Amino acid sequence: MQQRSSTVQEPLADSAYRPTPPPAWRPRTDPAPLLPDAEPLRVLGTDAVADADPALLRRLYAELVRGRRYNAQATALTKQGRLAVYPSTTGQEACEIAAALALEERDWLFPSYRDTLAAVARGLDPVQALTLLRGDWHTGYDPREYRIAPLCTPLATQLPHAVGLAHAARLKGDDVVALAMVGDGGTSEGDFHEALNFAAVWQAPVVFLVQNNGFAISVPLAKQTAAPSLAHKAVGYGMPGRLVDGNDAVAVHQVLTEAVARARRGGGPTLVEAITYRIDAHTNADDATRYRADGEVETWRAHDPVLLLERELTERGLLDEEGRRAAAEAAETMAAELRERMNADPVLDPMDLFTHVYAEQTAQLREQAAQLRAELEAEGESR
Amino acid sequence: MTTATTGAAAAKAAGRTKPATMAQALQRAMRDAMAEDPTVHVMGEDVGTLGGVFRVTDGLAKEFGEDRCTDTPLAEAGILGTAVGMAMYGLRPVVEMQFDAFAYPAFEQLVSHVARMRNRTRGAMPMPMVIRVPYGGGIGGVEHHSDSSEIYYMATPGLHVVTPATVEDAYGLLRAAIASDDPVVFLEPKRLYWSKSEWSPEAPARVEPIGKAVVRRPGTSATLITYGPSLPVCLEAAEAATAEGWDLEVVDLRSLVPFDEETVAASVRRTGRAVVVHESGGFAGPGAEIAARITERCFHHLEAPVLRVAGFDIPYPPPMLERHHLPGVDRVLDAVARLQWEAGN
Ligand SMILES: Cc1ncc(C[n+]2csc(CCOP(=O)(O)OP(=O)(O)O)c2C)c(N)n1
Repeated sequence: MQQRSSTVQEPLADSAYRPTPPPAWRPRTDPAPLLPDAEPLRVLGTDAVADADPALLRRLYAELVRGRRYNAQATALTKQGRLAVYPSTTGQEACEIAAALALEERDWLFPSYRDTLAAVARGLDPVQALTLLRGDWHTGYDPREYRIAPLCTPLATQLPHAVGLAHAARLKGDDVVALAMVGDGGTSEGDFHEALNFAAVWQAPVVFLVQNNGFAISVPLAKQTAAPSLAHKAVGYGMPGRLVDGNDAVAVHQVLTEAVARARRGGGPTLVEAITYRIDAHTNADDATRYRADGEVETWRAHDPVLLLERELTERGLLDEEGRRAAAEAAETMAAELRERMNADPVLDPMDLFTHVYAEQTAQLREQAAQLRAELEAEGESR
Repeated sequence: MTTATTGAAAAKAAGRTKPATMAQALQRAMRDAMAEDPTVHVMGEDVGTLGGVFRVTDGLAKEFGEDRCTDTPLAEAGILGTAVGMAMYGLRPVVEMQFDAFAYPAFEQLVSHVARMRNRTRGAMPMPMVIRVPYGGGIGGVEHHSDSSEIYYMATPGLHVVTPATVEDAYGLLRAAIASDDPVVFLEPKRLYWSKSEWSPEAPARVEPIGKAVVRRPGTSATLITYGPSLPVCLEAAEAATAEGWDLEVVDLRSLVPFDEETVAASVRRTGRAVVVHESGGFAGPGAEIAARITERCFHHLEAPVLRVAGFDIPYPPPMLERHHLPGVDRVLDAVARLQWEAGN
């Protein structure tokens, strides 16, 4: 048997040599149809917007205005010490909201820690959405009631959950789709890979939405990946990748609706990358001037998702001064209510600490609960 | 606990069906649970066509289809993470982690989500699932195939940690684990996979409640507290100790979380002396917790300090050295001898 040197490129004369690998080793999918769009899809400012349903456009506008106001109100609540922290999505409202609105009621949303607006757009009570950040309990709502997985902070770990849920729904014969959201930084986590791979292998009805807002705290995308785009990553898993302008609510809604429909009819998962920008700092605790220039922020302000939609609707005669005022007033009402409810101190029962650890309390927990109860009683007496 | 030979011989003599192994009992537990409850799903690496590397899931894919017994991609975080989503949708995943040390990539999911989902959602979203982990040494495995990882699981609130030591318990406890509305880390002592008993794979079998320890051997002069792979060691030691005049009681914990303090304390109050025996390291190991609890509960009944016989606090050794690491009968007997304690020792 002739020894083959690792540097030799020519085929050997050996009869065992195969010019191509055996069939099972061949790539199973032609990558071309899986490759993302060359440019992020845009609808606003193009002829395609004429096809959009005016009712949807108005709805998106009202939600975007409300979302912007929610971000401002929640940020203000951090300054008043009512919230420990708030990761704002100012500048990202279009992807947050348009994506959530692409889901049917029976579908599930798997948000990242930043996606409060998506959850609220889906119907979650605005105060319950902030419980995690206020600090009274980790999840302020029953996930099954809203079909929204808990907002929580480990990055990308919700992605395999979405795959599992979608897979389970399909096994049960339900045509439920899961939308899983993640940031650009989160795509570097191992769970991102495992989730996409499982989804593609199982052909699970999942849509992955990456909101590429340019930074993971302070780290720019260039230090996160060397891929041509994050949507390109889809090809390696055998699912289509889509690129969309994340500040164009109509384009996001269109791409997400297509991906959701594709998943629902058994076509498998899609990876969507929405190009957007985080106008505010990472959270109120972050100083964004340390890692980005003001000029960059100003460029993106000119491409503001609310303005883009407002301009389009105005030009098309779908929005007038009264419409704008109505949206602003509705947002103001929401903000006032949020403020008022958040200014009320939450009523907490420390004994809850032991209530939800197990279905049935262990003896150790019963003992520790008794200890705390005694401490609380003693405290009450001393007051 | 019946040993391989006596159990098999006794069954044969009695003309009963051939003795079953622990692996078979576990397999039947899953089969029975799957047949009874369509929401039970088995998943993991090689659990389908191959039936698992220890053949514990043998035949399940054939019987219930690949949707109910699924060969997953090779990704532990993905396996456990997708199981979380499946449980969110009302399924009861039974997840196999192929070997103890290969469960570590899934720890993030386990600790950050599985263990605290109920708590985080104020009880709205329980995580009924079983994470089966073959664990422990004594099978001559290469590195990463012999870890005793129970302390990591024990230290994570929200998880139950269960480990059978007998064929009967393998069935009874796994059924209970699958039925539990909380996540159960089910540690399977891999060196007992092929241990046998008179338990018949066909006959009706019991479901054992989780959280109850049992006295495997009653005795009066000291208590050996143990679980999983160390139970046969302790029973053998107890027999050997009779020659020295010791009548040892052996308690099999079966469940590390919840911990059955009552059974343990009652036994130690009767005997006045205790040794905790386990394979995993002693420093900050399960025995430290158990000894502390015994001291707190039984201080006035103790005739001697609670002793621990544990594995060394070292990375699990290579197979040719593992016999030096694993607590054997002699080490247990040495500890028992030290129970003849006098103040000032
Ligand atoms: C597993 C994990 N590692 C680190 C963190 C700390 N952390 C919180 S947010 C964040 C950046 C996330 O960036 P990206 O995924 O791009 O989302 P974005 O904040 O831009 O929405 C980091 C590193 C975390 N929450 N989880």
